[in-house]
Amino acid sequence: MASAGLVRGTLAAVTVVVLAAGPEFLRPSQLYLVSLWAVTAIAAMGLNLTLGYAGQISMAQGAFVGIGAYTVALLMQAGLGFFPAFLAAGVLCFAVGWLLGYPALRVQHHYLAFVTLAFTTLVYLLLRNEQWLTNGVYGISGIQRPTALGFAFGTAARFYYFCLGIMALFLGAMWWMIRSPWGRAFMVLRENPVRALSLGVDTRRYTLLAFAIGSAVGGFAGGLFAPLVQFLEPNSFSLGYSLSLLLMVIVGGAGYLFGPLVGAAVAILLPDFLRFTEGYYLLLYAAAVMVLMAFCPQGLIGLSERWQANRRARLAAGGER
Amino acid sequence: MASVLEIADLHKSFGGIAAVNGVSFTVEEGEIVGIIGPNGSGKSTLFNCVLGQLQPTSGEVRIDGRVTTGMRPCDLNALGVSRTFQLLQVFPELTVRDNLIAAGQEHCGTMFSRLFGPRDAGLGPVADRMIEFFRLSHVAGERAGRLSYGQQKLLDAAMAFMGGPRLVLLDEPAGGVNLTMLGDLRERLRAINRERRSTFVVIEHNMDFVMSLCTRVLVLAEGRIIAQGSPDAVRNDPKVIEAYLGP
Repeated sequence: MASAGLVRGTLAAVTVVVLAAGPEFLRPSQLYLVSLWAVTAIAAMGLNLTLGYAGQISMAQGAFVGIGAYTVALLMQAGLGFFPAFLAAGVLCFAVGWLLGYPALRVQHHYLAFVTLAFTTLVYLLLRNEQWLTNGVYGISGIQRPTALGFAFGTAARFYYFCLGIMALFLGAMWWMIRSPWGRAFMVLRENPVRALSLGVDTRRYTLLAFAIGSAVGGFAGGLFAPLVQFLEPNSFSLGYSLSLLLMVIVGGAGYLFGPLVGAAVAILLPDFLRFTEGYYLLLYAAAVMVLMAFCPQGLIGLSERWQANRRARLAAGGER
Repeated sequence: MASVLEIADLHKSFGGIAAVNGVSFTVEEGEIVGIIGPNGSGKSTLFNCVLGQLQPTSGEVRIDGRVTTGMRPCDLNALGVSRTFQLLQVFPELTVRDNLIAAGQEHCGTMFSRLFGPRDAGLGPVADRMIEFFRLSHVAGERAGRLSYGQQKLLDAAMAFMGGPRLVLLDEPAGGVNLTMLGDLRERLRAINRERRSTFVVIEHNMDFVMSLCTRVLVLAEGRIIAQGSPDAVRNDPKVIEAYLGP
């Protein structure tokens, strides 16, 4: 048991050190990629709350990232600073996510998937067709990076730290919430909503909260996405993006705190490291996902937990001999 | 003394079939009332109507004198009404201890304190006492889904008591529990009834269990109460023998 904790602690420490030293050895394109990983991981964390912990399937997370990104871009264009715009993105997505939760009070599983899928299409069409607001397919360019207390996060390296810092903040907040009675309420909603209701858990309120908070986190991710890429266009937030976020949560391990980080790393960072495979990367990725889902639907974190449990059992059996 | 539960002329129909057909009775504080009857006699439907899972077609339910017909299960639970289900209903991925804390946490504090306050909602010691009381100490840290059926049944019952309920409706608590554990369960239920003045209504097919646990027994057949009284009186009632117990 102690050794598993040691392995995990060492792994975390190494990750932090490597990320902190990133600008020393990473190319600018790679710095950008790791920043994108951090932003995507935040979006996946939000979906992990809705789907992994509260058990409500959503194919709309990409749409919330889009709403958040456009909110920040448009408000900054209108002269607002980054931080108020960022906050507004989260608040707006909280409200919209709360409303999207209402169908979940009536339908579940694949029916709910289709409701959220339709929502994603709706948001995409709005972003594309409402040119007066979003500039349609021409997109929005020239989005400024934030300045905080006179310190500009303009360079790739500085913004890299900014993204990682915000991600760490969200990771901490998520950790706090999951271990609180709220987290327990979300989990019992997933495990057995009928029993939960009879034990006084207001399942309606927690369902709406799960959608609202998960969506708000997606909106914040979008708020960070806008100044990272500095150019927004509707195609980035089509259904495919929502599906790939869903895949990240599931591949990483739904219902595990670090699942979204791992899932986002697989989807965003791994292609760069596997560039030598050229056109075969997506093929390999798809095949690996199929194998993983068939043998360990709990995802990569679930796989490592299973491995650890087996090891512990072997050790215990060895100790008895 | 006020009645904890009053049911007045309750009806519930599904299409043309009357599952509960004009049931009225009251339960006084501290009573353990058994409800028996053949399969399909309307016992579970009656429970679901009292507990807000089903909307009765007509009639009225009062808890402590207050009309509760049509209230949601979670609001009824906040009034001190708790239940167990016919089939096991634990949270399999949570530990035994977390199952119990989840079962009581909504009774503690506010939404704010449940996010920012103590992680166990202040229920840790209560959960630990309940674990000991139901003799689950050796599995307290296990995931509930890994427990034996009998242990899960005990946990299922224990969860119903975490909120400190006034009235508990138990739907076949003895179903599938072995004899040793059955004695255990009966003793636990009696102790809680004695110490906390909790009131129980129990649906059960196990006659020995009902007759030895309950202070009063109602017999349901075809959606109506056909007999009620002390366990002994009911056991010897010719109508009951004909409808249910058999000669």
